[in-house]
Formats: sequence, structure tokens, C-alpha cells
Amino acid sequence: MQLTVNGMAYEVDVEEDMPLLWVLRDELNITGPKYGCGIAQCGACTVHVDGMAVRSCQLPVAAVDGEITTIEGLGTPEALHAVQAAWVEHQVAQCGYCQSGQIMAAASFLDLNDDPTDEDIDLAMSANLCRCGTYPRIREAVKTAAKTLRSA
Amino acid sequence: MGRAATIARRTFLIGSVAIAGGVAFGAYMYRRPGENPLMADVSEDEAAITPYVKIDAEGVTLITPRTDLGQGAYSMQAALIAEELDIELDQVKVDPGRPSPAYYNTALSEEGAPFRSTDESFMAESVRGVMDVLMKFLGMQVTGGSTSVPDGYNKLRMAGAVARETLKAAASKQTGVPVGQLRTEKGAVLMPDGSRLTYVALAPAAARMRPVTNVTLRDPSEWRLIGKPMQRHDIVAKSTGTLPYGVDFRIDGMVYATVKLNPRQGGAVNGYDASAAETMRGVKRIVPVTGGVGVVADNTWRAFQAADAIEFDWGEAPYPAEMDAHWDALANSFNDEQIEARNRDDGDVEAALAEGEVIAAEYRAPYLAHAPLEPISAVVRITDDRADVWTGTQIPRFVQSNVARMTGLDADNVHIHVLYVGGSFGHRLEDEVVKQAVEIGRQMKGTPVKLVYSREEDMIHDFPRQIAMARGRGTVKDGRVEAYDLGIAMPSVIASQMGRQNLSLPGPDTQIIAGAWDQPFAIPHYRMTGYRAPELAPISSWRSVGASSNGFFHDCFLDELIAAAGADPLEERIRLMWHDNSRKVLEAVGDMSNWGTDLGPKSGRGVAFCMSFGVSTAEVVEVTDTDDGIRIDKVYVAAEVGRVIDPVNFDNLVKGGVIWGLGHAMNCEITYSDGMAEQTNFHAFEGMRLYQCPRIEVRGLENGSKIRGIGEPPVPPAAPALANAIFAATGKRIREMPFNKHIDFV
Repeated sequence: MQLTVNGMAYEVDVEEDMPLLWVLRDELNITGPKYGCGIAQCGACTVHVDGMAVRSCQLPVAAVDGEITTIEGLGTPEALHAVQAAWVEHQVAQCGYCQSGQIMAAASFLDLNDDPTDEDIDLAMSANLCRCGTYPRIREAVKTAAKTLRSA
Repeated sequence: MGRAATIARRTFLIGSVAIAGGVAFGAYMYRRPGENPLMADVSEDEAAITPYVKIDAEGVTLITPRTDLGQGAYSMQAALIAEELDIELDQVKVDPGRPSPAYYNTALSEEGAPFRSTDESFMAESVRGVMDVLMKFLGMQVTGGSTSVPDGYNKLRMAGAVARETLKAAASKQTGVPVGQLRTEKGAVLMPDGSRLTYVALAPAAARMRPVTNVTLRDPSEWRLIGKPMQRHDIVAKSTGTLPYGVDFRIDGMVYATVKLNPRQGGAVNGYDASAAETMRGVKRIVPVTGGVGVVADNTWRAFQAADAIEFDWGEAPYPAEMDAHWDALANSFNDEQIEARNRDDGDVEAALAEGEVIAAEYRAPYLAHAPLEPISAVVRITDDRADVWTGTQIPRFVQSNVARMTGLDADNVHIHVLYVGGSFGHRLEDEVVKQAVEIGRQMKGTPVKLVYSREEDMIHDFPRQIAMARGRGTVKDGRVEAYDLGIAMPSVIASQMGRQNLSLPGPDTQIIAGAWDQPFAIPHYRMTGYRAPELAPISSWRSVGASSNGFFHDCFLDELIAAAGADPLEERIRLMWHDNSRKVLEAVGDMSNWGTDLGPKSGRGVAFCMSFGVSTAEVVEVTDTDDGIRIDKVYVAAEVGRVIDPVNFDNLVKGGVIWGLGHAMNCEITYSDGMAEQTNFHAFEGMRLYQCPRIEVRGLENGSKIRGIGEPPVPPAAPALANAIFAATGKRIREMPFNKHIDFV
């Protein structure tokens, strides 16, 4: 089975129904996407397939039809994506475990709507769970990222 | 008082909490600095000037032994050292170090002492002093109890100062320039001519010197870092997916394991059939572990799938199978034989209750899972002569001794590598996952085994927050609260938790009434009684421990009495408050929330106060009763912590604590049916979602003489402030968590 992840092509030999998350984490050692619930309730596993946010814990690898981007492919510590830069600026993370998923959800959402209202943000970001309670900072960081993306 | 009398007194005080003899010797012996664990690894030209600062050719490493659970402990500890060491945070590496008695926790013992945090009397202070010595003796390197800041505040700054002065002495020796003419800045000693000798360059000379220990700490007016916004050292890594958590750890040759344990916690395994699982792709081994089986595969998902394919015959739960029996056990505990502690009995409660019209109510708080987003995991590699464990833990010393006991190895040959943690909230004060990983690893010697719990196993086998019940009675007179009698029944969290470490609880469990008996109110007739319920389901410390339930009980029933008196909720709390710094937090939230202004129909404000872990915290919650249910609009929080180390992290932690408290109060509980937890994943244990999150304003007050930690104290007042606000908006009193059993939320 062939996969393209963060611009790199991989050949994997796995069951068709193995969720993409575990292919990434255990077969390809790409650990930015996190395992939190395994049932698409928490969003820690969020990655992009052709730019759209998906829950990799519920996506069978055989159903992937497009290029996969994980948090590692969105930006790097040396070259932050606008959303990541906003996350650093607002110091959103506490434990940080959900933040890969939060950032991937925000990046995909802002790609569709870079001038969101507060209600838009609340709706778009409520599918991702944060147990530490960083929601107030997530809201602010999404607004900052939107501003950066609009002026880019 | 002569020396003998002092010893006798201390022995007596300690004896009252059942500590063995040798205290006088201990006080003498263990006030000396602990052995420096860094020396074991340090080569000739590297310096380990204190247990907290290591310098080698690569640079300066600050040792931060309190585990970072997301609360920012590594950054906070590094900042305290760096403040005195005169080095920038971007110039250092941060490392949790290796478990050592040198990293004992002073502050944790303070909260174990049976004195109110407001009590600074001789008796209270001297017991705290002896407890400190005791903790050092036990070498409990524990992260918990909101103690990392109070524990490290002096110790870590002192470590930085010792290292700085030793480096200056080394520079002086090397150059002949008197120490008095040397300054330090940005990781270097500055010579009078402006030239710089870096700490790294000075390390070989410093390594050959006796540390300069006669140092004084700087005046706060000279601080560069403390009290100013800092950037957490892990923030870029946590924003780019590049920070490795425990569950991400990988080592060559590693296999992937999971466990399936009796969902009736602690029940027997009567038998299992793994024949289908054994033939599944990637499955390497299926081995028994305590309470269930371990499945070893070449991929975590394959291990999960195989574990699900095993058929089990599980034994009965060692606790009541249905919830009714749990509640009955609490209800039956309100009797004189089960009194655990009555630390407050002011005035004459019985006489006062006999005189007035008695207001009475019963409150309940459920079991709650910790459910950090990262499920628990551990990697172990066991060989004949050493064991390595890589895991996120709050109790590395306990892990080390448990692994030593299980493997028969000397503790010196058991290497604990503490990894980053994706949340804990008390979950990682337990080490069952390590024990199970060792059970598997022992059967696969030399092979690194990574054990990861599925979310379901993590939630079902969490040791949840205690279940608790309270019964309040009280009277009012002339518009004031006159009598307040509260009884609280719960099983002992600490006994359950310490029992799993083969330790017994010395004396009463003060957590049974923490957050209630120690509240600084002056009510004429005021009695707080804790009743110890029998052990039920196994339980553990959950963010704010006893106060997580008791703060709700104590404040909500006080709110009922204030309402019955016809008094203003905020004004009456302020009137009853005898402790100045606590009164100031109430006044602060009154000011922040514009208390007294009209919010309009269908809206209401509630205030709540709880002192926990020495932090007086007041919260005002504003809600609106909408057609879709209760909407939480705003929260105002003021907390007295003595000093705020980093205002950014402080703000983030306080907001997180409020959201934690509100979210669980809204919709979370763990219930048992047929002995099994009914909630297995986040669909049934949701907490707060972002759209439900109110605007939160935070104010840290710095009037107190003692510095305090903020990880837990924002939690206890959140639920009662919400319940009191719902009462203000709707007239409905909710006396049971989760509140969604009684009212809908947006």
C-alpha cells in the first residue's frame, strides 16, 4: 500500500482496516498525531488529507485517498505555520497532548474561513477535547492566526 | 526549652501521626544536604555543583525533578534556578534527572500536617518542620499537592546561588581577581575589564572546588525573571508535534503491548481463551499479568485488536457491584464509631440547632476518572543485571523501588527515565502500568516492551476520585448565619492510594474533611465532622483531592444558609471571614464581577470560596437560563498565592482549573454496574467543550507571607459557584454532581 505523508512516499504492508493513526505512529514513526480515544471523540489524532481535517483514528488506511499532512508537515520549529506561530505567541499548551489535533483542526478550518466570527470558532473547534482547559487561549490563538493569514 | 524537652516534644508530636522513633537523630542527620546524585555520572572536567545544576562541555543543564504534567513545572523550576544563576532560559537544557533522595518534597508534608494553612502558630510550624525532615528521610520525590512551587521556591533559588558563587570563586582562583570584583550575567562571569569567562569554560575549575554554600538570596526587586511573563521552554515543541511524550517513546527492537484487565477492578481472572487472538497478525506473546493478560504484538493497534479477541471469565468485584450499595455505605457512615476527624467544633452547635428552625440538606459527589488525554504507558527493558523504565510518572522513587522488588535487582540498577506527560490530574501518582510492563518484560528479557493502555482500559481501570456524601444542618438569626454543622462521609483516598504502595496510613485521613474544616469563617456555632466510610471501589488523588468534593459541599450549604438568612451571598461571606487575605480574594471577585449590578432576567451570579493547599480562592460564575439550557457566561477568579512566578502560566493554569471544575460538575461521573465502570470513553465522560467555555478573568493576589502552588486550588470553588449561580438564575438548588442529572446545559 502506498501513502504520501508530508510530501514523502511510503510503502506500507498493513491490514486495510488498520486506522491511519497507527500506521503513522507505529509503522512510520510519525508521532505528532496522538492517540486519545480511538473513537473520534477527542480529535488528538487529527491530520489533513488533501488539506481537509480528518480523524486518523477512525480512518482505515485503505480508505485514504489523497496526500496526508501531519502536524510535522504543517510547519517546523524553524518555519512555523501561522497557526503554530499563534499557538506559540499565546502559549496555548499546558500538557500539549491535544494541541497537534487542535492546530490541525484550526489550520483546516481557517483555510476555508479566514475571517471567522467568535461563533464560527466555537463551532469549528468544539470537536477537539482539551482536558487541561486551554480553550480560552485556543480561541485567542485562532483569531491571531486568522489575522496573520488574512494579511499574508 | 532545653534540648531534651525539645526532642521529647517533637517525638510526641510526630508520634501522634505514628512515625517511628529516631526523630531527634533524624532532625540532626537529615538537615544536612542530601547526597548529590549527579556526582555518579560526572566526569573529571564536568561540574555538578548542586543536585540541580550540571555543567559540561555541551552547556548548562538544570535539573528539574518535579515532573511536568502540563502545569509548566519544568519551566518554573528552571526559572527559579536561573534567576540566581544568572543564565537565560534559552541557554539551558532542562532535565528531570534521576530519582534520588536529594529531591525530596518539603512542601508535600506541610499539607499532611493536621493544621490549617492559616495556622502559623508555634505548634503548627514545628510539626511542619519535623514533617519536612521526615519527608527527606523517606526521600519521597513526589510531584503533587500543588507543592512544586512552595517546595522549590527557596531550594532552587539557593541551588542557583550556590552554583553562581562557586563559579565566581573558580573564576577568581583562575584569574587572581577578587570575587568581590566579579559579576555574572547570561551564563558567564564578567571580569572588571569586561571580558567574559563562560560557565562552561569554568566548569573544570569549579569541579575541583568545594561549593560555596554561604550565599544569600537576592531581594525580589533585583529579579529578572520571577514575576514577569516567561516563555515556557516546551512551547514550540508542543506547538509543532515534536515533543516526545511517554506514549511516543521508541527504542530499537521494541515490541508493542497492551493489557486487558478484569473490568471489575481487583477481581479474579478465573480463566481465558486466547486461541483466536494468538493467531492474529503480528501477535507475539499473550502472557498473564496481575488482574488480566498482556498481549504483545508488533504494533499497538494489533495488540488492541488481539486483546479484544480474547474471551475471559472474570471474577466478581471486591466492592459492591451496584451504585446503590455504594451510596448506602456512605449514608450508613454518619455515626459516632466512624468519626475520622472533628477538627472544628466552635460554639455549641447542638444547643444552637435546638433553638432555631433547622435548615437541612444532603449533598453528593460521584466517582470521577482522571482521564488525561494521553493514556498511561510505560516502556521497560529488563535484563539479568539491570532494568530500564521510561515513563511519565509523579512518583519516580516509588517506581524504582517497586521495579527493584519485582525484579530482584538492586535499586541502583533500576534506571527510571521520566518522560513528558500528556496530562495527569493525579492519574500518574499510580504505577500499575509499570508493574504490568515489568511482568511482561520479565518474560521477554532483553526486549524493550512498550505497554500502552487503550482509552477504555485507562478509564475502566482508573482509580477514580472518591465518592462522597455530606449532610448539613444550620440555623440563621437576625439575617445572619448562626450555626453550621456539616458531616462528610467518604472512604479514605489516601489509605486506598498508599495501600497500593504497601504503606499504611499513619493516623486519620485529613482529606476526608479537607476543604471544609479548614475554611477561615467565623460562624458562632460551627462544626465539621469527617466520617470514614468503608473501602469501596479503589480510589486515588484527583485534582484537589478531598477538597474537590468538600469545597462543593461546604460552600453550597453555606450559600443555602445565607439565602435563608436573606443576606447577600458575597457580603455575608465577607462578614463571616476572619482571615484578612481570604477576605481580600472575596473582595477582589466582587470588584471584578461588579457584584450587585443587575444581570437581567433569567441570569444570575453565584460566588464560592474555598481555601485548599493554602490558597484562598474565590470565584464568581454568571449564568443565563436559555431555551437550550444553562449557559455559563463568565467566571471571575481571585487567588492568593503569596507570589506569582510566571503570570502567563498562572493565568493558563487557573483558567484550566476552573474549566476542569466546571466541566466535571456539569456532566461527568463514573458509575458501577455489575461491578464495572459504565463510562468507558469520552462519549460518556465528556467534560467541557470549547463552545461551553465561559470568558474567564483571573487575578493573582500576593498579600500572603507564603508562596503557594496553583495547580489544584481553582478547582474546588468552581462547582459550588456554578450551583449557586444556577440557584440565583432559576431558584433551583442542585445538591448532586453531575448537575446535568438535574438541569440541562447549553
